Amino acid sequence: MGDHHHGPAKGLSRWLFTTNHKDIGTMYLWFSFSMFILGGAFAMVIRAELFQPGMQLVNPAFFNQMTTLHGLVMVFGAIMPSFVGLANWMIPMMIGAPDMALPRMNNWSFWILPPAFLILASTLFMEGGAPNFGWTFYAPLSTTYAPPSVTYFIFSIHVLGLSSIMGSINIIATVMNMRAPGMTYMKMPLFVWTWLITAFLLVAVMPVLAGAVTMMLMDIHFGTSFFSAAGGGDPVLFQHIFWFFGHPEVYIIILPAFGVVSQIIPTFSRKPLFGYDSMVYATAAIAFLSFIVWAHHMYTVGMPVAGELFFMYATMLIAVPTGVKVFNWVTTMWRGAMTFETPMLFCMGFLVLFTIGGFTGLMLSIAPADFQYHDSYFVVAHFHYVMVAGAVFSMSAAVYYWLPKWCGRMYNETMGKTHFWISFVGFNITFFPQHFVGLAGMPRRIPDYALQFADFNMMSSIGAFIYGASQILFLYNVIATIVAGKPTSEAKTWEGAEGLEWTVATPAPYHTFETPPQVR
Amino acid sequence: MLLKANRLRELALGPVLMLLSLASAGAAAAGDKVNQVNMAPGATEIGQSIYDLHMLIFWICVIIGALVFGVMFYSIYYHRKSRGVTPSTFHESTKVEIAWTVVPFLILIGMAVPATSTLLDIYDFDDAEMDVLITGYQWKWKYEYLDENGENVSFFSNLRTPQGEIYNTVEKGEHYLLEVDEPLVIPVDTKVRFLVTANDVIHSWWVPELAVKKDAIPGFINETWTKASVEGIYRGQCAELCGKDHGFMPVVVNVVSKDEYAGWLETKKAEAAEIRDLMAQTFTLDELMTRGKAVYERNCLACHGANGEGGVGTAIAGSAIATGDVSGHLEIGINGVPGSAMQAFGGQINDVEMAAVITYQRNAFGNNMGDLVQPIDVYNHKKG
Repeated sequence: MGDHHHGPAKGLSRWLFTTNHKDIGTMYLWFSFSMFILGGAFAMVIRAELFQPGMQLVNPAFFNQMTTLHGLVMVFGAIMPSFVGLANWMIPMMIGAPDMALPRMNNWSFWILPPAFLILASTLFMEGGAPNFGWTFYAPLSTTYAPPSVTYFIFSIHVLGLSSIMGSINIIATVMNMRAPGMTYMKMPLFVWTWLITAFLLVAVMPVLAGAVTMMLMDIHFGTSFFSAAGGGDPVLFQHIFWFFGHPEVYIIILPAFGVVSQIIPTFSRKPLFGYDSMVYATAAIAFLSFIVWAHHMYTVGMPVAGELFFMYATMLIAVPTGVKVFNWVTTMWRGAMTFETPMLFCMGFLVLFTIGGFTGLMLSIAPADFQYHDSYFVVAHFHYVMVAGAVFSMSAAVYYWLPKWCGRMYNETMGKTHFWISFVGFNITFFPQHFVGLAGMPRRIPDYALQFADFNMMSSIGAFIYGASQILFLYNVIATIVAGKPTSEAKTWEGAEGLEWTVATPAPYHTFETPPQVR
Repeated sequence: MLLKANRLRELALGPVLMLLSLASAGAAAAGDKVNQVNMAPGATEIGQSIYDLHMLIFWICVIIGALVFGVMFYSIYYHRKSRGVTPSTFHESTKVEIAWTVVPFLILIGMAVPATSTLLDIYDFDDAEMDVLITGYQWKWKYEYLDENGENVSFFSNLRTPQGEIYNTVEKGEHYLLEVDEPLVIPVDTKVRFLVTANDVIHSWWVPELAVKKDAIPGFINETWTKASVEGIYRGQCAELCGKDHGFMPVVVNVVSKDEYAGWLETKKAEAAEIRDLMAQTFTLDELMTRGKAVYERNCLACHGANGEGGVGTAIAGSAIATGDVSGHLEIGINGVPGSAMQAFGGQINDVEMAAVITYQRNAFGNNMGDLVQPIDVYNHKKG
């Protein structure tokens, strides 16, 4: 066993067979970024078609394929894997573990992802086209009336669900078993906490999604009628099952983002996180509530009034723990000594825009008002404020924050700040006007619209092109850093940074914490 | 071109508009819907109370936002390292944590009270004065006025915007995509109960200014209602993704005086009687072709193309069906092709229309079959 300190294998086999959490984390991050570009390209097609009233570039059938694939690729291909990649890189380094608890499974949970998305993307070239029923794939549009490619879509969902479940089991096992001596639960960095809770959510709801698509498969090919009233089933049953998965899914996406922000704001405020304990409890409370609010996505399906009231009250309650988090972040900044490097800028952007998304979420929770908002562009604006300005901004912050630790080189700060400002401005030009057209009555998922919505849609499209272009700058900055960034060997990149990941050498060696550190 | 220049000029005003919009929320004048930035209170009491609720929550959010962002920006400005401050080390306060858990909770209760009362009002279906059954089809609406004496009046409401406007070959009209061949007509100041369902996939019937949005679910019937207090034409759209032409199935509701409504209903009943008479008539080829062209454009064109060249649907020009046996052609027109987008039109258009459109398809687009299909043939085919 003389070569205990071996480095990575050479060539392609390093990546194919690796069980190293850093290699797997890197692959997850690059994969998710490539999916982000692909999903972004779909979004550009959507916004280009919506630039002016009338059909110009694509036909309505293809437009529906674009909205469907944009949603699926962004949720399952870009955002979720990006946070799994971050978890792979950071959790072992944050809790003083040498690697993930189940390294071989780790390799599998990554390597089944690219084939799953290859299958999904290949549906674009199939007879009848790609899935065209929206990322929420409501039956019977997704069963009786679906294109033949729906079967490939179902298979792809199964595979990526499998990947998520394996990834989250790994995270739970790692956090529970591999913490360094002295690293008690209530000393864990918040990013680890939010991911632990997220992993439990994933294990709980991904099988529900698998159940939903399996029932679809049965309805399509084996003559069952789960979602068809003609055979004694119920199309609304599909929505209940889907959103029982779908609402926790929203928090699966945003909780790790909360974790990232809770790491970065204290660093650049040079002050400990305010209310650590309440942050942990608030995260747990949000996770619990996420299981009992699903039907707020379905206020207009014709539920009994008692059901509407229950789901409305439960949904409104989410504002309390979410509010606690925002107040804690702002208080962390209060009387700190702040600087505004790129990661902090993205966190500030997150804080402002996510809070706006939270406000519109509160508005949407009010059932009678939701009868007007539901399925309008107001909803589109709302969830992009939490998904993009929430999850994607925090992910950008995380990359800038830990990139020097990962590769031992410093990114270009000016370019980073430029990336932030273009993103921030582009994002708001894109999505702020969507509140207006939604309130004025523009439904979502339409390829063409009435003339009264023309100006705001054109504005939205211009913003989208700006936002899209800013991501090319991001890509360039990251590659330029890795290839030719200014080398740095400081263990602690940021003056105010705390945590075990900043005690290891920079760049982080291939193996870290082979002997566990002692945490006091 | 003029339209385009106008829009570009207005676009330059975009950022200004965005700033103004928060201040002027709610000031959007009825009638002038261009660049409307807020929900319209609309023409019903429920719409007004939803609007009030919406504005209440909006202003509460604005105030909380101003406080939170105010503290944040104060902090960003005064507590920055470049001002030479030394950071404090405080990191917890149970009192503060309890305060900002309890206070938001109380605010939420304040929101829940009016929300609950509005919701209960919406769910009060009692005392409806008339019932209309609304059925969503891919991609049109069917309205059926349920009559106590069984004399139901029913018709389909199709998009009226010509393909040329959609595909940019002619100038777009004022009500582009929000116009139908036959609107739903209801009387003013009358509580109208809508029974909403669908024939194929899920649709959602939405008219913002009547404050009604209800999902139309195949196999189930949902209830909702409206009571418009102002006469006028109200426009909406299908709100639930329902396939290819989801964006092309508008809802238009014409709210008229009670007298006018009664007159309209009589006319509709007379029309239905007239169609019953027409069923017994024999038409010439020219008559059938003229009627058939209109029916084709309303019902077939979206999938089979303006010249029968096909698209989502198969081509009709030179097709084996349109140039083959008449009864095979009738069978597909009446009963559709199960499991495909070709619907059973037998229940959607009357026998005169069916006879006309089948004749049209057999004699247009270069299909010179020369045979005529009469309403009685359709009737006989349906009887088997």
